Amino acid sequence: MNNFSYTPAATVQQASAALKADGQAAFIAGGTALIDLMKSCIEDHTQLVDINRLPFLGISSTTAGLRLGALERMSDTAENSLVIKDFPAVSQALLASASPQLRNIASLGGNLLQRTRCPYFRDPAFPCNKRVPGSGCPAQTGDNRTLAILGTSAACIATHASDLSVALAALDAVLILTGGTKGQSREVPLTDFYRLPGTMPHLENQLQPGELITAITLPQAAHARRSLYLKVRDRASYAYALVSAAVGLDVQAGIIKSARVALGGVGTVPWRSHAAEKLLVGQAPTEAAFRAAAATAVHEASPREHNKFKVELAQRTLVRALTDVVG
Amino acid sequence: MTSEPAFFDTPNGLVGQPLSRVDGHAKVTGAAKYSAEFSLPGLVHGVLATSTLAKGRILSIDMAATLRQPGVIAVLTHENLPKLAKTPNDTQGKKDIGAPMQFLPLTSPEIHYAGQPVALIVADTLERAMEAAARLNVRYEAAPIAPIATFHDPKATIFDPLKVQDGKTPGHTKRGDVVAAMAAAPIKLTATYSHPVYHHNPIEPGATTAVWDAPDRLTVYESTQGVTRTQTALSQMLGLPREQVRVITKFLGGGFGCKGSCWPHTVLTALAAKMVNRPVKLALTRQQMFTSMGHREDQSQTLSLGATNEGKLLALKHEKTSTTSPWDNYAEPNSKIIDLLYACDNFESQYDMARANVMTSTFTRAPGEAPGSFAIECLMDDLAYKLNIDPIEIRLRNYADKDYSEKGKPWSSKSLKQCYARGAELIGWKNRDPRAGATRQGRYLLGMGMASASYPVHNSQGTARVRLYADGHALVQSGATDLGTGTYTVMTQVAADALGLPLNKVKFELGDTTLPTAPNSGGSVAAGTVSSSIFMAVQDVYQKLAKQAVADKKSPLFGLKPEDISGENGRLSLKSNKQKSEGILEVMTRNTLTDLEGMGNGKYGAGYETGRAGNPAGPNNNTESAGEHSMHSFGAHFCEVRVDADLGTVRVTRWVSVIGGGRILNAKTARSQIIGGAVFGIGAVLMEATERDPHFARYTNSDLAGYHIPTNADIPAMTVEFVEEHDPFINAMGVKGIGEIATVGVGAAVANAIFHATGKRLRDLPLTPEKVMAGIVS
Repeated sequence: MNNFSYTPAATVQQASAALKADGQAAFIAGGTALIDLMKSCIEDHTQLVDINRLPFLGISSTTAGLRLGALERMSDTAENSLVIKDFPAVSQALLASASPQLRNIASLGGNLLQRTRCPYFRDPAFPCNKRVPGSGCPAQTGDNRTLAILGTSAACIATHASDLSVALAALDAVLILTGGTKGQSREVPLTDFYRLPGTMPHLENQLQPGELITAITLPQAAHARRSLYLKVRDRASYAYALVSAAVGLDVQAGIIKSARVALGGVGTVPWRSHAAEKLLVGQAPTEAAFRAAAATAVHEASPREHNKFKVELAQRTLVRALTDVVG
Repeated sequence: MTSEPAFFDTPNGLVGQPLSRVDGHAKVTGAAKYSAEFSLPGLVHGVLATSTLAKGRILSIDMAATLRQPGVIAVLTHENLPKLAKTPNDTQGKKDIGAPMQFLPLTSPEIHYAGQPVALIVADTLERAMEAAARLNVRYEAAPIAPIATFHDPKATIFDPLKVQDGKTPGHTKRGDVVAAMAAAPIKLTATYSHPVYHHNPIEPGATTAVWDAPDRLTVYESTQGVTRTQTALSQMLGLPREQVRVITKFLGGGFGCKGSCWPHTVLTALAAKMVNRPVKLALTRQQMFTSMGHREDQSQTLSLGATNEGKLLALKHEKTSTTSPWDNYAEPNSKIIDLLYACDNFESQYDMARANVMTSTFTRAPGEAPGSFAIECLMDDLAYKLNIDPIEIRLRNYADKDYSEKGKPWSSKSLKQCYARGAELIGWKNRDPRAGATRQGRYLLGMGMASASYPVHNSQGTARVRLYADGHALVQSGATDLGTGTYTVMTQVAADALGLPLNKVKFELGDTTLPTAPNSGGSVAAGTVSSSIFMAVQDVYQKLAKQAVADKKSPLFGLKPEDISGENGRLSLKSNKQKSEGILEVMTRNTLTDLEGMGNGKYGAGYETGRAGNPAGPNNNTESAGEHSMHSFGAHFCEVRVDADLGTVRVTRWVSVIGGGRILNAKTARSQIIGGAVFGIGAVLMEATERDPHFARYTNSDLAGYHIPTNADIPAMTVEFVEEHDPFINAMGVKGIGEIATVGVGAAVANAIFHATGKRLRDLPLTPEKVMAGIVS
């Protein structure tokens, strides 16, 4: 890890200006992801700007829905009664993440900005287009069991690792950003926030230099109140998802009125499937309907040698999640 | 040999009691010092820089740039490594050193495996050393031919090594006529089992703190399972007399075999300390642990059996193919347990291997027995289901009442039938539906499985010293190591009982080459050998005091022959009349002896008998008994699993282990050791695997986020019981050791339970969700 300076920021303007002035600087909140990246020499920041004192706290009901401050800790958010009541999938996704120690310090904004666990990205001895643009992607023909089958490109098949982002993608979360190029706040739906790797996998999201996530808003909805997050992994706890599903259903008089479907562990970004949702709406919540929706959700899958199983496992996980959310 | 060893008669003794660890307080308060925790004056920090390539050579290393960095004191590379008296780089050197690998990094520019050390950087702080190592500018030239990652690589050349384990084990074994017996067998089964690379991953990494007390006198605080083996290696390589190299290991945070040898980082740290003339500390990073202290090799084994229609084995044939390093023919000896577990007159085994760009594999908890038991115990299960015979019954029909692998030698003791019976009772075996795939609970399939376990009592000996003080306390010493399993505790119990002293009057010291020599703590030998050494050292004290007493007019034993007197529980007494006796402290006090020392030699095969008429007390000490009996622990593991048929996830929901491991020295630490071994095995069968990229021959999951070991949520409450065994042949204490057997058969018990749950046999480890899911679909 290289030497770096540490700057506590008192205001958003100060924090944002520090990053605009120093292209090698980074924000630090919980630091659980960032310190790992620096110790592994994947990121070399000369300055860390501490944003923990910025006023991005609080979980409250607003007209736009539930507002989650970006500096709220994962553990506090998971146990918040409003989150549990109106957005159970969000609470479940958080509790299925990391370990209690990490959840106690990691922030929501940091969770959304965590970088992939792709083994080729995590070890600087390997080429990696995300880490060193143009160096290559050995994952395509290497150890790709845990890597993505959706949203991939010839340049990158790295899986997006956040559980939280999958639940947020399903439930139409909107990110409130501030401190960007124009200095004003702006709103970006989470599903638009992440970029597909394409030919430029090193560009991962829509953040502008110096821009911060200040809050997440979740619109109230019947399907959100009846939502669920299901994670399948190699061990019972403390592992990244092989496959996960976030679903929400509003069933009235035996008919699905609205549906939300997103998959995790399979996409280069949290994978929302509007096509699957369309198939579900207007149907009775039957296994046949769920299977059809699941097949649609992975229709565009492009697996590699060792992650073919994810095509089947993702569908089964989705069917299970939909079955369980109906109850 | 009908008499019981004397020691078993100690009434209300401490031995066997579930006492808490004597070092527990020191460990939880941080007072216990591990090898990287000795803050010596002037201490500086060493960090390894390792190769990014798996095959090629170093063209240049920009040392000047590194030396200009703040705090950097020295950079050791192949260009400036001080000359060693001997290196392991040839067969003889390796043998003399006792090195695990016939190659010492930094002795040439050649790169043979990814993660090979290319430099050792010494700096005034750990952070500066780490940064300099990370920034070290090394120019490599890749070899024209791509590296080989595994024996599965089409470029790999499979060869017959003739011998494996560095010549310790023959590569071919044959008894009877397998071809004829197989041809005649009405039932034939063959299956292939695949095992990935596994890493030991002890929580304490490899660590060395080296300090030169004089230009020709070295002290090393080392994270090792054997201080003597490390001393041998260092003295050979550095060209120093053995007594001028002191190795100290006070506490160890696990080892599982990876700390059973002296690996390159230890000698390189000693050289660095010499070069900078200051104490140097080097602790491996978690990532470096994957390429610095060995691993369990990736392997496949094919096992065939021939049997009668009644399930009686007629022939067994075992073939193993595995990956080895560019130099060493190391393969763990899987076939031994397959050779001896059942009554079978015809047996053959064959080892093959292929060289790859990997470092040498090494002992991994239950080396050989762990994977070997997986093959034989899964195939026996297949035989049971094929013939519609209960899995326990098929094992009883093939019960080996003698050691078929050793010309029919009798067992020194064997309680396997009791283990089967008690395990079956505890798990509720008779309540299970015997049909595979027939027990459903909601969306889950339930299954129950079992497997046998066995591990040899290895040939071993050691020494211990007991110093008894007239004020009634004792210092007991042996150069053993405590892997964290409770050696400090059990040896204190043994010494206290043998001397008739309370626990708090006995201090046991270990982990130092200045103490009497003990074997490596590996192969389950420590408990038996060290406890027997202590027991024999106490007998030496008793005999010395008996000589004092018979010459002392004030003693009730005055005038008797010393050989007619035995000692136990702190008293000397006439063998033929126990009433005639005197306390040992009284003898010492009256003779103004402030203290007295005894030495003892604990030996494999030297049981201990009480004095009977015409048979003096003492070690039976004949090596014949070692030769006459086959000595093994036996046991059985039982479990229940819950399989999510749709998602392929498996949870072990119940666990029972019943072990016949000779005398159990401490019921609590022994239980913990069996639980640890079972968790080790559950990890290996369900989730653990180290992946190597096929093109780069470099590991892709070398940390504890990528290498999955079980979490608490993966492990159920476990039931462990021991069958009481009095084995008068194995050693003076009748202790067989239980470290390895704890994990033998565990994988098969789980796989057999998955078969019972799903009706699908899975043989490609680890059994991760996609394999279980696919198994059920197909």
